[in-house]
Amino acid sequence: MTLTTRQARLVSRTCLIIALSVVAVPFVFPFLWMVSSGFKSATEIFGQPSLIPRVWRWQNYLELLEYQPFARQYFNSLYIAVAVTVLTLAISSLAGYALARMRFAGAGLLMLFLLSALMVPEEVTIIPNFFLIRSMGLMDTHAPLILLPVFGSHGVMATFLMRQYFLAIPKELEEAGRMDGLSRFGIWWRIALPMSRPALAAVSIITFLFSWNLFLEPLVFISSLEKFTLPLALSNFTDSYGLPLWHLQLAATSLAVVPILIVYLIAQRQIIESFALSGVKG
Amino acid sequence: MADTLTDKTSARPWRAPRLSLRRREAIEAWLFVSPTVAGFLVFFLGPLLAVMYFSLTEWNLLTQEATFVGVKNYVDALSVNPDFWHVLRNSFVFAIGLVPLNMTLALTLALALSRPFRGVVFFRTVFFAPVVTSAVAWAIVWRFLLQGEAGAVNQLLASVGIDGPNWLREPDWAMVAVIVTRVIKMVGLNMILYIAALQAIPRDYEAAARLEGASNWQIFRMVIWPLLAPTTLVIFVITMIGSFKVFDHIYLMTGGGPENGTLVLAFYIYEQGFKFFNVGYASALAMIMFVIVLVLTVIQMTLRRKDMR
Repeated sequence: MTLTTRQARLVSRTCLIIALSVVAVPFVFPFLWMVSSGFKSATEIFGQPSLIPRVWRWQNYLELLEYQPFARQYFNSLYIAVAVTVLTLAISSLAGYALARMRFAGAGLLMLFLLSALMVPEEVTIIPNFFLIRSMGLMDTHAPLILLPVFGSHGVMATFLMRQYFLAIPKELEEAGRMDGLSRFGIWWRIALPMSRPALAAVSIITFLFSWNLFLEPLVFISSLEKFTLPLALSNFTDSYGLPLWHLQLAATSLAVVPILIVYLIAQRQIIESFALSGVKG
Repeated sequence: MADTLTDKTSARPWRAPRLSLRRREAIEAWLFVSPTVAGFLVFFLGPLLAVMYFSLTEWNLLTQEATFVGVKNYVDALSVNPDFWHVLRNSFVFAIGLVPLNMTLALTLALALSRPFRGVVFFRTVFFAPVVTSAVAWAIVWRFLLQGEAGAVNQLLASVGIDGPNWLREPDWAMVAVIVTRVIKMVGLNMILYIAALQAIPRDYEAAARLEGASNWQIFRMVIWPLLAPTTLVIFVITMIGSFKVFDHIYLMTGGGPENGTLVLAFYIYEQGFKFFNVGYASALAMIMFVIVLVLTVIQMTLRRKDMR
C-alpha cells in the first residue's frame, strides 16, 4: 500500500506538530507550574505534585503584600519603565533624525562612537557609574534606573533603529514641509515622527520590557525596600535563613509575569516584529 | 543674454545665505544630538575611561583613596589569583555550551516555522514567550523546578524511572542546567531572526533546485545554508556576547555556586566590585571582559567585510 502525496503530506505535518509540541513543553510548563504553585500552600508545594492546587490559597496574594511593600514596588517598576520609554523615544528619535537627515561636521565620527557603545556590556562600566551616581547624590533613588538605560547601549540601539527608519521616509515629504515654512524641529515633529509610528512602537515595546526586566542596576543602586523594582522584589521573598518562601515568591512572580504575557498574547505579532527589527538585544 | 544676466544677479544674493544655511543646519543637528552626546560622554565614555584608570589602581576602603599600582591587578588576575582562570574557563564553557545549542535549536525551529501551516502562529508565540519574560522570573521558576527531590523535573524523571541529580547543587549539572534554561529563555529571539532571513530567500531558488532533483538535505546544504551565512554570523556574535554578559540568570539560579561551578565573568566582576569592594581588581576584570567583547566584534566586522566581497 502506498500513500498518496496528500496522505504523505498529512503524515509529515502531523509528525511536525507532534515534534513541535514536545519541544514546546519546557517553554510552556514553567509558566503553568509557576501560576499553579502560586496558589498552593507552603506544604502542598512539596507534597504530591499536581498542576491543579488541591486548595486554592488566595491568601498567598494577601500575604505577599504584607511581606514587603509589593504594590509600591510594582508601581515603581511601572512608572520607571514608562519614564525610560518616553525619554528614550524623545532622545533617540531626535538624534536618529539628525543622523539620518542632516549634514553636519562630525556626524561620521559620532556614528562610530555610538556604534562602539552598542557593543559594550553594562557590566564593564557599572563600577565607575556606581561612583558617578554616588557623587551625584543619587544613590538609592530611581534616577540611575532611568538615566543609565536611556543613555546606555539600549538608548544607542534605539537611536540606530530610529535612524534606519527615518532614512526610508521619502525626502519629498519633508521638502513639502519646508516649503510650508516648517522649521527643522517642526519637520521632525509634524512629518518625520507621525510617519515613523511603526518604529516608535517597536522602540516603545522593547524599551518598556528592557526597563521592566532590568536587574543589575537596581541591585547595585537601590537599597530600601519601598524603592525596589519588581525583579529585585521577586528575588527578595526569602525566610530568615535566606531560603526562598516558594509559595509567596511564585505568587509574586505570577503577578509580575502574567500581565506582560497577556499583553504579549494579544499583541504577539507586533511584539515579535519589534524584537526582529531591533535584532541586537539579548 | 538678458536671462543669464538676471540669473547671475539673482544667484548672487543666494550664495551667502546658502552657506549660513548649511551652518545653521549643522548647529541644529548638534542640538538634536546633544542629549545623546551628553549622555554618551557622561554615562559611557567617561566611565569607560575611568574603568581603564581604575584597573591600574588599588583602593583603600577606609580612606576611599586610589593608589596607582600599574598592571598589578592584571598580573593578579592572570597569574596570582587562582579564581580568575577558573572563572574564565566557566565563561567559555557557558558560551561554548550555549551558543551551538541555541543556534541549532533556533535554526531548526525557524526551518519548521518559516512556512505557513495551521498552528504556526501558536508555536512561534510559544517559543518566543520566554524572551519577553523577565530573566529573574524565569530563573526563579526554574530554580523551583530543578530542586533536588521535590522539584517537578525530577519528579517527572522519577515517574519514568530516572533518578535525576540535584541539578543546582552539583557543579557540572548546575552548569548544564543554567545553559539549558538560558537557551530556552533566549532561543526565540534567534529563531525570529532566522525566520526573517528564511522568508527573504526567494522561493524560486528552492523550486529550481528541486527541479534538478535535489533532496531536502541538499537544498538546505547547498542553497539555504549559504544564503543564511550573514544572518548566522550576526546571530553568532550577538549570542556569544550575550553569553559573556549573563548575570541575572546565574545570580538567581546558583549564585555562582556550587563550589564556584557556575561563577562566570560578569558575576565575578559584580562580586569583586560590590561584595568585596576590590574596585581596582574588579575594574581590571571589566577591562578583560571589554577586550573579549571587542575581539568578538572585530572578528564579526572582518568576516562580514569578507562576506560582502
